[in-house]
Amino acid sequence: MEKIATRISYGNALNELVKIRPDLFVLDADVSHATMTLTFAKENPERFFNCGIQECNMLGVAAGIASTGRLVFASAFAMFAAGRAFEIVRNSIGYPKLNVKIGATHAGISVGEDGASHQCCEDIALMRTIPGMTIINPADDVEARAAVLAMADYEGPTYLRFGRLPVPVFNNPDTYKFELGKGVTLRDGDDVTIIATGLLVYPAVEAAEELAREGISARVINIHTIKPLDEELILKAARETGKIVVAEEHSVIGGLGSAVADVVSEKAPVPVVKLGVNDEFGHSGPAVQLLEEFGLTTAGIIEKVKKVIGK
Amino acid sequence: MDKELKKRLEMTAVKVRMGIIEGVYNAKAGHPGGSLSIADLMTYLYFNLMNIDPAKPKMAERDRFVLSKGHTAPCLYSVLANRGFIPVDELKTLRKLGSRLQGHPVIDKIPGIDMSTGSLGQGISAACGMALSGKVSGDSYRVYAVLGDGELQEGMVWEAAMFASHYKLDNLCAVVDNNGLQIDGKIDDVMSPYPIEEKWKAFGWNVICICAHDFEQIEKAFSEAQSEKGRPTVIIQKSIKGKCVSYMEGKADWHGKAPNDEQYAQAMDELKAILAEMEGK
Repeated sequence: MEKIATRISYGNALNELVKIRPDLFVLDADVSHATMTLTFAKENPERFFNCGIQECNMLGVAAGIASTGRLVFASAFAMFAAGRAFEIVRNSIGYPKLNVKIGATHAGISVGEDGASHQCCEDIALMRTIPGMTIINPADDVEARAAVLAMADYEGPTYLRFGRLPVPVFNNPDTYKFELGKGVTLRDGDDVTIIATGLLVYPAVEAAEELAREGISARVINIHTIKPLDEELILKAARETGKIVVAEEHSVIGGLGSAVADVVSEKAPVPVVKLGVNDEFGHSGPAVQLLEEFGLTTAGIIEKVKKVIGK
Repeated sequence: MDKELKKRLEMTAVKVRMGIIEGVYNAKAGHPGGSLSIADLMTYLYFNLMNIDPAKPKMAERDRFVLSKGHTAPCLYSVLANRGFIPVDELKTLRKLGSRLQGHPVIDKIPGIDMSTGSLGQGISAACGMALSGKVSGDSYRVYAVLGDGELQEGMVWEAAMFASHYKLDNLCAVVDNNGLQIDGKIDDVMSPYPIEEKWKAFGWNVICICAHDFEQIEKAFSEAQSEKGRPTVIIQKSIKGKCVSYMEGKADWHGKAPNDEQYAQAMDELKAILAEMEGK
């Protein structure tokens, strides 16, 4: 299966977008070679504005552009867009409800060799706390491109999360349709539900296939929109399968796992087991090996599923 | 400057100051000192310079204003009220439950506010974004932002300063209200931002220094700013914190505190006396 990093998809999607939205502004904080806004900058130099290494000002500038009614995507590494500039995102974008699209790349530990200073496993937790913030975490190239184009038509603060590591392109570009706030059931099952987001969606599908061979019927749901969360689909899965595993490349504190647990514990209490980065920092190493070390793999998901169903 | 205009602006500024005192007194909280120090500047912007229309607060070609020192919202609310964006009587609802007049300005809560501010250092970045958007798109509007001198301690201000000159935002004019005081005392005792003028010059801005309480100097400064091409302008205005209320003038203590009944009466009496003297002339 072909593999593409969603940051590459992001750069390509911006090039498609400007053709239908000529008012588009793309900002970056000196990491255009990495966020792949360079793809856009090369073709549309007059619509690209490098802000240098100043994520806080960049997001404030984006707020100002949005206040004039024009479309703006602002890009940086997740660590700095959501982490360093958190309070700017809250007060200058979230609170005034401005239509800024934050294109955050290099999320999670799959950043790899740069180490923990750049491996952001807290961004979903941080962004979730901002009222009105939409959070999108696409699973592959097809979904990432579709999400960028779809979110351009949506009015409001949005955090889009992209990865550095090439991941399998499993969605069909001809039939895929991005629906904001709607989870996607990729496989049906009765014994347990695996809810996954981002680069753990495909391993979740693989895990379900392997579990099926062992006689365990696992439902797989792809949650690309972490906020607003598709509560209906999650509660239905809780009621019908009775057990849930949530898999994400993010801290187990405050991410999708927490969001699912919040909803399920209140409205349809069933066991929820979280797979993510435990309460610890990452470190340098090749992305794939790091994912293995932290258990963010097909095998890691299978282990959690067996735990929750008591096998 | 036209004598009639000058007199009219001076009288309006007194009314704006009365609105500030009215708001802060009724709220029993808020920031009178730094609101009074920018009252003349704000009067000039809202009653003479900016292309704005209370009947069309959202018109696309309007000049933009960002109160980066958002805690001086009482002054912004007072100019908006006196200019007809909101009823003057509404100033008494400042900071109260259910009021549109939040402790710090909020976009869209009331007409005429272009950006939510209050967290220092952020407004100037938003102003840069508005200016960039306008410049790139060929819009005619200009963007004004008012910062405190204590606010210059925020590093983000200097990110924005670098950005504005890099992108040659000559449609942007910032004003630094140099009243010399912040909550904890004198700015140069707390964390000196001096030399202010040289810093902005080093960041590539056109720098104009004026006295904050002289409309002729204010007019001259903005006229120079308007004709400056290829770089943004900053007006550094030397001001008196608490200006026109005798017991508040030059006192850091009046940064963020409301007058009691007696102090309120005295402040209003003093302002009424100034107005009466002007009307008599």
